[in-house]
Amino acid sequence: MADVSGLPGLRRPAAGTQPDYSYPPYASSIKRAPTQPLILLPHTLSEVTGPVFGYDALGPTDNDLTHQHSGEPLGERILVSGRVLDDYNRPVRHALIEIWQANAAGRYHHKGDTHNAPLDPNFSGYGRVLTDDEGRYAFTTIKPGAYPWGNHHNAWRPQHIHFSLFGAGILSRLVTQMYFPGDPLLKDDPIYQSIRDQRARERLIARFDWPTTVPAFGLGYAFDIVLRSSGATPMEQ
Amino acid sequence: MNQDEPDRLEPTASQTVGPFFRIGLEPLFLPVVAGPAIAGEHVTMRGRLLDGDGQAVPDAVIETWQADAAGHYADPASAPPPGVGAGFSGFGRAPTDAEGRFTLATIAPGQVAGPDGALQAPHLVALVFMRGLLRHLVTRVYFPDGPGLEDDPILKLIPAERRATLIARPVAGEPDILAWDIHLQGADETVFFDA
Repeated sequence: MADVSGLPGLRRPAAGTQPDYSYPPYASSIKRAPTQPLILLPHTLSEVTGPVFGYDALGPTDNDLTHQHSGEPLGERILVSGRVLDDYNRPVRHALIEIWQANAAGRYHHKGDTHNAPLDPNFSGYGRVLTDDEGRYAFTTIKPGAYPWGNHHNAWRPQHIHFSLFGAGILSRLVTQMYFPGDPLLKDDPIYQSIRDQRARERLIARFDWPTTVPAFGLGYAFDIVLRSSGATPMEQ
Repeated sequence: MNQDEPDRLEPTASQTVGPFFRIGLEPLFLPVVAGPAIAGEHVTMRGRLLDGDGQAVPDAVIETWQADAAGHYADPASAPPPGVGAGFSGFGRAPTDAEGRFTLATIAPGQVAGPDGALQAPHLVALVFMRGLLRHLVTRVYFPDGPGLEDDPILKLIPAERRATLIARPVAGEPDILAWDIHLQGADETVFFDA
C-alpha cells in the first residue's frame, strides 16, 4: 500500500497466508481475539525501526540444546538449520532467533505443563542464535514429542519447535512453530490448520535434509523463514 | 511467491506463542527498559491484561519499542544516531503475572517524525503475545500529557470514542506511574492495528 509517511512501507500479507485472530476451532482464541475492526496503520519511523541484538546476548551452549547439562538428554538428536530471508529474498543478518520446545517425551520444562510424561533433567528445551552474514542459523537439539492438550476430545499437538524472530524493524517480528514432515497429527491440529492457504501452511513443515544429516549422529532438518521487510537497504553493523 | 510481485517471497505464517513461552523468552525479559542512568522523564507503565470475560490473562507477554527522550530510535535506520539515549535499547519485554498485571519501567520518548513530516505524539509501540492469539497484536500507548496528542496523525485515524484506549492514565498520588489496561474484547476493547 502507498505509505502516507513517504517511508518505504511493509507489504501486507496475501489473503489466507496468515491466520485470522478469531478461529473458533482453536478454543482459546474465542475470548482473546479482538472483535472490533483493526485500524489500518501507516508505517512510520516507529514501525520500520526495531531493536538490534549482538553476539554478546548469547551463551556458549545456546545453539546446542543437547549440551546444556551434565548429561545428554534422551531422545533422537536432530540438527535444525536454515536461512532467514526477508520478503525481498535477501538474507536477514544478525537476526535473533529464540526457540523452545518439549522434550522427547512431550513434556515442557515449565511448571504449567501438567502432562504426566517424564521430565528430562538433561533437557531444558531452550535455545538462541543470531543468523550469520548469509542469514544462516543452526541448532542441535532433540526431536520433541507429541503431547495432549485440552482443546477438544483426544486433542494432540503435532511435534513442533517454537521459533521467535527479530528482523529489521519491529513489524518484522515473528513467532511461529516448525513442524516435521509426515506428522499424522497435522491434519487435525487447529493451530496449524488456522492458516487457510495450503502452501503457506506447508511452509511451516521442515524438510528432511541429507546435506546436514551427520553420519552416526543425527538427522538434519531444513527450515527457512521469511520475515517482512520495509525494503530499505540494511545498514552494515 | 506473491501474486502481485512475483519476485517477492511471502512471509512465514505466524503461530501462537503458546502457554510455555517462558522457556524461550524469559532470558530476554526486559521489564526495565530504562535504568536510572538513562536520560529522560522516568515513568513506570503499569497495567492489566483482560480477556473477553474480564478475566485476567496470566500467560501473556508484552513487548514495547520506543524512541529515546530526544526522539531517536536505537536502530541504524533511524537518523541522526542516538545522542542523549546512549545505552538505551528502546526495547522492553514483560510477562503478565497471575493477576494479569504487567510493569515496564521506562522513559517518556521524544516526538518522532510521522506522516508528511508532522511530528507524532510520544508513544510506545506495543506487541501482545499469548496462548489464544495465532498472531500477535499490534497497538500503541501514548502519554497523557505528551506534546501533540490532540494532533497525532495515528490517533486521528481512530474513531474518537475509542482513542482513549491507547492513552495511559495518571495515577493519583503516584506521580511516576502511568496506568494502561489492555482489554482484548468488550465495551472498552483496546484499539489494535492492522500493521
